[in-house]
Amino acid sequence: MTSLPSEPTVKLGLVIDLDTCVGCHACVISCKEWNTGAGGAPLSDMDAYGEAEGTFLNRVHSYEVLRDDAPPMVVHLPKSCLHCDDAPCVTVCPTGASFKRGEDGIVLVNEATCIGCGLCAWACPYGAREMDRAAGVMKKCTLCVDRVTSETLPEADRVPACVRACPAGARHFGDLNDPEDPAARLSAARGGMDLMPEQGTRPVNRYLPPRERDEGAVMDLVALADPAEDAEAGGGLGWLDRALAKLG
Amino acid sequence: MHPAPSLIVFTTLSGLGFGLIAWLGLGVHGAAPGWVVLTFGGLAFVLASAGLLASLGHLGHPERAWRALSQWRSSWLSREGVLAVATLGVFAVYSALWGFGGERVVWLGLLSSALALATVAATAMIYASIRAVPRWRHWSTPALFVALALAGGALLAGRTTVGAGLLLIALVLQVLHWRRGDVAYAEAASDMGTATGLGARGRVRMLEGPHTGANYLTDEMVHRVGRRRSKALRRIAIVLGFALPAVVFLTLEAWPAKHTVAGLAVLSHVAGVAASRWLFYAEAEHVVGLWYGRAAG
Repeated sequence: MTSLPSEPTVKLGLVIDLDTCVGCHACVISCKEWNTGAGGAPLSDMDAYGEAEGTFLNRVHSYEVLRDDAPPMVVHLPKSCLHCDDAPCVTVCPTGASFKRGEDGIVLVNEATCIGCGLCAWACPYGAREMDRAAGVMKKCTLCVDRVTSETLPEADRVPACVRACPAGARHFGDLNDPEDPAARLSAARGGMDLMPEQGTRPVNRYLPPRERDEGAVMDLVALADPAEDAEAGGGLGWLDRALAKLG
Repeated sequence: MHPAPSLIVFTTLSGLGFGLIAWLGLGVHGAAPGWVVLTFGGLAFVLASAGLLASLGHLGHPERAWRALSQWRSSWLSREGVLAVATLGVFAVYSALWGFGGERVVWLGLLSSALALATVAATAMIYASIRAVPRWRHWSTPALFVALALAGGALLAGRTTVGAGLLLIALVLQVLHWRRGDVAYAEAASDMGTATGLGARGRVRMLEGPHTGANYLTDEMVHRVGRRRSKALRRIAIVLGFALPAVVFLTLEAWPAKHTVAGLAVLSHVAGVAASRWLFYAEAEHVVGLWYGRAAG
């Protein structure tokens, strides 16, 4: 059923720290590695040794913020499905293949009933859905539903593959509807924000804004590297320098 | 958006077919002999179904298309499917009773007309309901689709004066849709600042893309090639789709071999509408482009 469920009490999601993300793409690769072998069709690559085009559920974009009064700021922004509360991708689906789980708010695609019309990808403002060109069905982040609900994986692995892989600790997973959840508390403390709030999707995933760097006082590295010809040396070298100057 | 040929053929032909059904349902052929009713009814049925079949070419799994009839409570695409099937069913019964039995069941005809127009409106609402494509999200989208269907249907049904009038109304809506659409993306609330949440800090620009090659998103939604000849295509759409058929139909009595001339004028109209539909997709900017550094313009 593609009508949205009534407000889930548990809202599993990600808190992504734009301050600590270093843009290494480890989450992208880890995501692809795990999900290409997960329950549905593999995440296909087309022309892998040529133009190299493929299906990914997570992508890292890098942006530069230009300011008049401060140096440019580079921000890496990993982007996957934000598991929106008002997910437009769910309600447009004509078959019911695209759905949001009532128990934890995860947005999923049933690949057995997806007709591959692409309308859900059109409806998503985040570009979180990609058609698998080999399988002809829509692919999207499952929040590693098979990991987070697993009862056989070691406890430490029961988080999405991207969270497990992040070497910078920039990705956090939890129930963002529970104020006591560590991820929810982190988001609250750091002013976690919605992406494209004006689209009215009410995303569950939160992004922590980057902290201000260098506070405007930028060290002049060029001056440091400049050989200081006129500088007066002190101590023994200074005595030697002055003695040599008198000689010649 | 990528202008998929299957979708252009679908919306053009089925719009024409359902438009003709709307007129036939009103009984425009009066006391015509059965074979005339069946010929026009058959033409409408074939046009509408050919369009629907073409739309299957857009699917990754066309064999599962029947599933699309299930989610009419929330999805305009599903509603369109249900309405299309209902229209064709009711209209087939109506045409058969009229053509073979000689009796026009008025309420079946009116029901066919209403369902046909609702189908076209539902098709348009698929687009008009997508907030991520500002150009489409406007009342002029369903208004234009319905006006074009009614105008094309009137031309096919031989309603010359009404058809020409509807063409002029459709032309006004078409120009309005273009003009409003040209500024819709820039005026929409979304920009790279809201996308990244960094807008308050300064001017956001793309530093490095997430992938070196293309992907589904860039092919499907950040597609720009089709926009290059936009001006020329708009002129072609106006001349072939609206002006030429309107003039021909208003002066039809003066032409020799007027059935042939009318047929050519209808073909011209179809070509013009197809050009307009190409632009409808090709010019539609999706906010996904913002993630790839594609600002307005």
